[in-house]
Amino acid sequence: MKNLLRYALTRILLTIPMLWVLLTLVFVVLRVMPGDPVSAMIGGHAPERVIEEQKEKLGLNRPILVQYFAYLGDLARLDLGNSMIYNQKVSQPLLEKLPATLELTIVGMGFTMLIGIPLGAYAASRRRTGRDFGIRLFGNVAYCIPVFWMGLMLQLVFGIWLNLLPIAGRTGPRVYASEFQKTGFYLLDTLIAGQWASFGDVAVHLLLPSLTLGIVLSGIFIRLTRANMLDTLKADYVLAARARGIPERRVVYGHALKNAFIPVLTMLGLQFAALLAGAILTETTFSWPGMGRLLVERIYLRDYPTIQGVIVMFAFFVSIVSLIVDLIYAVIDPRVRY
Amino acid sequence: MASPETKPATAGARYSAAGAVARLLGRFSSARRKYGLEWWILIAGAAVILFSIYLAAFPATIARYDPLDQEAGPQMSAPSRAHPMGTDNLSRDVLSRMIHGSRTILGVAFAAAILSSLIGIPLGLLSGFVGGALDRVLSLVMDSIYSFPGLILAIAFAAMLGPGVVNITLSVAVIYIPTYFRLVRGQTLSIKEELYVEAARAIGAPRRTILGRYIFPNVIATVVVVFSLNIADAIMTEAALSYIGLGLPAGIPDWGMDLSMGKKFLPSGVWWMITFPGAMISLLALGFTMLGEGLSEILNPRLLEK
Repeated sequence: MKNLLRYALTRILLTIPMLWVLLTLVFVVLRVMPGDPVSAMIGGHAPERVIEEQKEKLGLNRPILVQYFAYLGDLARLDLGNSMIYNQKVSQPLLEKLPATLELTIVGMGFTMLIGIPLGAYAASRRRTGRDFGIRLFGNVAYCIPVFWMGLMLQLVFGIWLNLLPIAGRTGPRVYASEFQKTGFYLLDTLIAGQWASFGDVAVHLLLPSLTLGIVLSGIFIRLTRANMLDTLKADYVLAARARGIPERRVVYGHALKNAFIPVLTMLGLQFAALLAGAILTETTFSWPGMGRLLVERIYLRDYPTIQGVIVMFAFFVSIVSLIVDLIYAVIDPRVRY
Repeated sequence: MASPETKPATAGARYSAAGAVARLLGRFSSARRKYGLEWWILIAGAAVILFSIYLAAFPATIARYDPLDQEAGPQMSAPSRAHPMGTDNLSRDVLSRMIHGSRTILGVAFAAAILSSLIGIPLGLLSGFVGGALDRVLSLVMDSIYSFPGLILAIAFAAMLGPGVVNITLSVAVIYIPTYFRLVRGQTLSIKEELYVEAARAIGAPRRTILGRYIFPNVIATVVVVFSLNIADAIMTEAALSYIGLGLPAGIPDWGMDLSMGKKFLPSGVWWMITFPGAMISLLALGFTMLGEGLSEILNPRLLEK
């Protein structure tokens, strides 16, 4: 227990330099590199005076180090600044869109595991057979399909040709906004409100985008689960279990899969970053009102403070998820703590 | 890498390029007999890549129309004998755009992978070999970048740099530097402890020789595999950037851009404008992945068990 606490504390402290490096990187990309937000926003033909005034207002004409410390100071106070285009704080659209992205990411991750882990385990138990090869082929192909193309093709088949599922947005026209005021997670909100028709509508809208994410990312999980299962299936306790006459199915899915699960969990944390990136593209494809679409929209509008805010938010998320995964890992596997 | 005068006298541990090539060829020919399936995966991947390189090298001799020709045929017509992949909303021939577009995506992916390996490999060698504070700082920076979603970083770069072939290449290259760094650093750390490196050090070989002659050649085998997988990834990143609209100016045929154009006409059932560009991207990425997988099974036989 003492070891676990010590490990947790060290790991939390290690998150700080990592976050700092990421935030500095964001600053370097957005402020130090060539390309000037103000002239880009106003356009090249604006008089020098107007550009200077705007820079003055945003504090962009101060020395770069002063800007850097002001930026870190603002972030420490959780202040992301104001939008350059709209009269709003950057944090306002961020907090509005965040639940949409998280809902998509979480359900997408669910599909990934639902597809990837059983298929990987099955492939390992049928090693070097036609089925194993088929599953591995599916995994490799799925990994090479760009997530946005997968989304478009699913839209084409299920939305246009079969006309079964909606292809854009989070809800249909008959769902009222008043039902979504508690958490912003529409599935949860409609459940809390007890609106079953709306819940169904939300679920149906969520199905294609999250399935898109799930299929594309399942390839990595098939591969990883298969590799780990191959190792565990060689272990002595599996041989012992088989010798005792325990049915093969229980040996594979009960005994071996449980032990192969730990590395898969780590992978889940690493893949969270990939899921977020995939979510951006999926959101663009499905007109999903989340952070990714916000980022792309604001890039077109050249609203730099908001762009910066979105990226900073992603950086926070990635650091925190990797922290949480490491901590869970330490709880499950005592060897990590030493 | 190292100059010939600094050749140390340890004949047994010496690295010779000809010997390495011979060993590699030997491995390949025995590999074909040993692992049937992996061999064919390698061949299939290489075939896809060679075919796309052929398309990219001589697009004008294969494509029947100019990719920018807005009078190639009727507007948005379904695939037919005259236009095997149909025409787009500006009456351009989709097949010709696919052929010409291969040049863009291959060029960007190759250039980006080369650029990031040219930065990542030396930094990784240096960091692993020298160690100490330099290693800690570099590792922290590289690990942080590595943990961040690559695409988001590339989007930020591309948004700041603006559209253009060079800019998109830079944006893609940046996110893969840590991949090479981490791989090469790890390998360097373990090879550094090998007996033959110690022997070279003991007879007073300069650091440059140790790095260039003893460590680098042993690192490079794994880099080849990662390079191939990296290009597959770079292809998808390039396509993603131009799909979002951050990639290239309108005059350059590009698969990702065609895909985002086709998206607009999807609701009216224009399937050919999205099916073909996406299939091309997937096929090309798959080709490089298969090549990488095949190479890795054959170059690192120990991994075969997985």
